Amino acid sequence: MHEPQGLRTPAKMVAAVYFSFPLLLLPILRACRTKSFVEAAMAEDKFDVIVVGAGPSGLAAAVSLAKAGLEVAVLERGVFAGSKNVMGGVFYRHPLEEILPDFWHEAPLERAIVEQRLWMLGAHGHTGIAVRSDTFGGIKPNCWTVFRAKFDRWLAQKAEAAGAMILTEATVESLLRENGKVVGVHTNLEDGDLRADVVIIAEGANSLLLRDIGVHPEIKPNQVATAVKEIIALPAGKIEDRFNVEPGQGVTIELFGSLSRGGVGLGFLYANRESISLGIGLLTSDLARLQVKPNDLLEALKEHPSIRPLLASGSTEEYMAHLIPEGGYNAVPRLYGAGWLVVGDAAMLVDSVHREGSNLAVKSGLLAAAAVVRAKENNDFSAAGLASYRNALRDSFVMRDLKKYKGLSHFLESHPHFFTVYPDLINDAGTAFFTVNGQSKREMQRRLLKMIRQRRGLLGLMLDAVQGGLTLQ
Amino acid sequence: MKLEDKLFLVTFVPDSETHLSAIKQETCRTCAGKPCISGCPAACWEHEAEKNEVLVSFEGCLECGTCRIICPYHNIQWKYPRGGFGVKYKFG
Repeated sequence: MHEPQGLRTPAKMVAAVYFSFPLLLLPILRACRTKSFVEAAMAEDKFDVIVVGAGPSGLAAAVSLAKAGLEVAVLERGVFAGSKNVMGGVFYRHPLEEILPDFWHEAPLERAIVEQRLWMLGAHGHTGIAVRSDTFGGIKPNCWTVFRAKFDRWLAQKAEAAGAMILTEATVESLLRENGKVVGVHTNLEDGDLRADVVIIAEGANSLLLRDIGVHPEIKPNQVATAVKEIIALPAGKIEDRFNVEPGQGVTIELFGSLSRGGVGLGFLYANRESISLGIGLLTSDLARLQVKPNDLLEALKEHPSIRPLLASGSTEEYMAHLIPEGGYNAVPRLYGAGWLVVGDAAMLVDSVHREGSNLAVKSGLLAAAAVVRAKENNDFSAAGLASYRNALRDSFVMRDLKKYKGLSHFLESHPHFFTVYPDLINDAGTAFFTVNGQSKREMQRRLLKMIRQRRGLLGLMLDAVQGGLTLQ
Repeated sequence: MKLEDKLFLVTFVPDSETHLSAIKQETCRTCAGKPCISGCPAACWEHEAEKNEVLVSFEGCLECGTCRIICPYHNIQWKYPRGGFGVKYKFG
């Protein structure tokens, strides 16, 4: 009636192996499919989509497109995806989780940020605010510090797993155009030209392709910042002690004031697992006007009395430089045309007020992918066929946030005292307020008022407050 | 820390040909500020006094693009290095 137990178990095992065999074959089949479609695409030199640049925007688009079943090639000029990529270092959970749910369990992340500080630096110290909350961390953290060389490499693997092809060491030199339509790219690869229905331009802040097709006139020096950064190694325990955090938790500090020498500039200090990222960016037009060297600004920041103790005994591991789009809403170029779309930094999608960039990049990549999928369904890759991208971006937080702060970059350029007079004034006033020297509090108050009158004037102060308030409204 | 010591920490795969150059030296001669020299984060540009020319050492370029944008005369020829060449970051 019953089979002996001893026989049943091996029989079940055989059955299990037999039935799961096709499952075991799946990755191989998938690889063959990927290979065959890539070969087919290469043979006829035609992909559905070519993405130029393996950063957050391009890779988010690639993952999304590959998941939708489109044939995607990502062209990356570096030796590996991420090897040319730089940012301050904060990556948000939203919106990447839309396509890669729970990605934080496997992605190479540094520390979950539980405290965000803003420091106004004066010559002798700083005045700051800090917002710390357990809700920033927990099981679904708000954001993490990351290294782009590691993170983007991982994200490229996810794109590959979804079915996209990542071609490294491939520099796109120009766009192929026929009858006013972009039909592919010219690369430095052996069979230089690759064709596609759509090219997604995700080549970063220093975009050359947009200029070449006449969409983007030359970027103006007041529309970007030149930023330099150092990775300074420190043991994890020291970082946790210095920032008052637990293992795995981190802190970000945004810095402004005397460090930018009167120019529009921001510094940052972010805690990684076993290092600190310290950087400073200055509007490129101010870099020219002030004739300062980026590395000198960074070195001065390292010696600042509020920064130096945080870096003590650390050793520099790497130094890097990159442009940051700062032009905001008014600097965003045309976003699409016949056979092309532009995403991420190349489209100047950075919200510098909230130091957000990679999340805008990912969102733009996802929306671009959605527009391409729609265009594919309709077999219409004309400008009109791709226009849904612009509409979706306009209705998303990306363009809404940029629009909200559209007057700010001009305001700060024309009100340099927000980077000079005020940080010093606030630091000196704060110091006077807390210094005990036998002077009565009424005398101290009079001295503070005099300080404000001398350095900015009460009317100037009020105007700045009103105008600044209106700009950020 | 000196800039040259920092650049020593960065990995470069140098190409045999330059990916950036000054287009017209006459233009550089008339340029008073020469912001490419002070603005470059890797100090790739220098003024050679004898010939009165602006020269570039492309091998140490961090590929940020500052010189291209900071040049008041759009006088810098700038393209990305060939695939696989140039700066290679460990952290980024």
